Amino acid sequence: MGGAAERAGRGPAGLAGPGDDSEDSLMPQHRARHAAPTTDSQLRLVWVYPDLLSTYGDRGNLLVLQRRAQLRGIAVEAIEVNADQAVPAGGDIYLMGGGEDLPQILAARRLAADGGLQAAAARGAVVFAVCAGYQVIGTQFGGVEGEPVQGLGILDVSSGRGDRRGVGEIVADVDPELHVDRLTGFENHQGLTRIGPGARPLARVSLGTGNGDGTEGAYAGRVLGTYLHGPVLVRNTGLADLLLTWATGPLAALDEADEKWAARLRAERLDAVAGQVRAGQ
Amino acid sequence: MRARLATGLGGAAGRVSRLTGRGDGSVIGGVLGLRVEPDLLRLLAADREVILVTGTNGKTTTTRLITAALGALGQQVASNAFGANMAAGLASALGRAPQARYAVLETDERYVPAVIDATSPRVVTLLNLSRDQMDRAAEIWLIARRWREALEAAPDTLVIANADDPLIAWAAGAAKQVTWVAAGQRWHEDSWCCPECGSHLSRNGSDWRCHECSFGRPPTPWELDGEAVIDPHGRRRELDLALPGRANRSNAVVALAVADVFGVTPDQALPRLREVKSVAGRYTVVPRGGCTVRLLLAKNPAGWLEAFDVLTAGEGPVLLAVNAQIPDGKDTSWLWDVDYRLLRTRPVYVSGERRMDLAVRLEADEVEFELTDGLDDVVGRIQSGDLDVIANYTAFQHIRTLVGRAE
Repeated sequence: MGGAAERAGRGPAGLAGPGDDSEDSLMPQHRARHAAPTTDSQLRLVWVYPDLLSTYGDRGNLLVLQRRAQLRGIAVEAIEVNADQAVPAGGDIYLMGGGEDLPQILAARRLAADGGLQAAAARGAVVFAVCAGYQVIGTQFGGVEGEPVQGLGILDVSSGRGDRRGVGEIVADVDPELHVDRLTGFENHQGLTRIGPGARPLARVSLGTGNGDGTEGAYAGRVLGTYLHGPVLVRNTGLADLLLTWATGPLAALDEADEKWAARLRAERLDAVAGQVRAGQ
Repeated sequence: MRARLATGLGGAAGRVSRLTGRGDGSVIGGVLGLRVEPDLLRLLAADREVILVTGTNGKTTTTRLITAALGALGQQVASNAFGANMAAGLASALGRAPQARYAVLETDERYVPAVIDATSPRVVTLLNLSRDQMDRAAEIWLIARRWREALEAAPDTLVIANADDPLIAWAAGAAKQVTWVAAGQRWHEDSWCCPECGSHLSRNGSDWRCHECSFGRPPTPWELDGEAVIDPHGRRRELDLALPGRANRSNAVVALAVADVFGVTPDQALPRLREVKSVAGRYTVVPRGGCTVRLLLAKNPAGWLEAFDVLTAGEGPVLLAVNAQIPDGKDTSWLWDVDYRLLRTRPVYVSGERRMDLAVRLEADEVEFELTDGLDDVVGRIQSGDLDVIANYTAFQHIRTLVGRAE
């Protein structure tokens, strides 16, 4: 596909960003301007609750998906849905990020009442949830004092609170069935997550904590969650392409020039922890 | 006697540290001192008027501005002016000024409760609270809760707090005495939730409130209004600072409110604030290889927004330098919370240990850039003219050492 031509016309960053054109666009009224999806020819990326679940760089995942779709000539509509708005039903990929305890609990409560995300997952939309978002789409998670809080039950995982925070670089080898290269990222959480019979581990941990039992993340159908926090797709473009493939079908390869910086970053980060990583599976 | 011996030892070590080029010498002296006398900070703070300054951004500058304003009293003021803001740095600052009746102490967010306990401050100044180095700091709501508990237990302390930041308003809200300042809040992304009840906060201009509980923005006797300060009597004065940007005007208004507590009026304080031109290397302008280099420190997303505010006007070159040492935070995810698109019209150079993270980030925002080996590499490429440098903590310190520490 003619990726380069697409790029010139409409940049990946042109649709979404905390600043937009005016310095005031962090204000809620600017955020609320996003319209409901209109045409079927676009890939609709729905970022669920950036006001509550975006603790540390979660926007990166939206930007990476947007860029990698547009480089392949796929038009993208990016929709940011705040917690006081309804979650649109017609999205192709729903993104959820990390959050502190109070916003996480509020997000779970709002989403349970809204029902839009559950309906989208039920009809087969892709759901990609990170850290606190990963816990929220499970059946339950730990609240402010560790007390159980009900999740959305979109993914058969159940989380509680561990004794210590897992903080640092994480490396994990992905379920071979998914054909995605080793994950590299950063984790910062105190969750322990148990995977139920309705889901499979996304990966096995080679460095770091992950779910706490040697596995990392989980997936079932087109719903996928991970503890690799913030902009996990930046270093893991294979995972980004997996999500895009689930939404759009097989993808063309990108030009090497378009992969260059991400590949160098990925190699650098894996190299930085090479001495600490257990051998891959 | 033990306190005097301990500070003597610490002072010698500080001189060694400065001479060997390892730092300002302001932390190492305190570290040695604390080993000799664990309760040193409490002893050193006794019988002084202590002012603590904390918050995610603006601590060092506000500390400097308050110190400058209190100069009007004509007495020595102790201060950890170089940003050494943990217990050791505070003890070191006090130890170096044994006669000073006043002490203005920048305090790391995490140590606020312990330092309140040790120093029984007259004033605690709370600036703002946003995401910063989250791999080593606690979640910011937990920090706010610890402040709240510590201030509730310190009824003799006056809190001067920024009412425009809901987390700050909540942390200060349990204190017996509070003077509220409308100091502004540029970064809203960490304050969408009511800190009291967890519901969604609603905002209307600078006002904010929770509709589920009674928590809302308190009225503010001191206000930053554009380029001017409005005092509790409603009198408006132009700030006219040498330091650039909205964030520094905000810091100055807070400093005026603190100075007022000690009888220093805005008319007395303002000329002194205007004399502050750079703070611990921040905003310093230095010649380098034919270029005029200006140094800006930005450690977190809110800080980067403020740095973009004060870039030299026009389309001049910018060097971005990012490290991920322990003081910076090991996690560079925050780069994705900064919107770099306004740099699209400028030549952009990247350096630092995590320049590859910056490269991918800028690529996503369609900002063209060149990968470089640091300041001198960039200066060699552009040869002449102005260069703005935005760097995070250790990258900034590295560049300061390179260009010499003189302000």
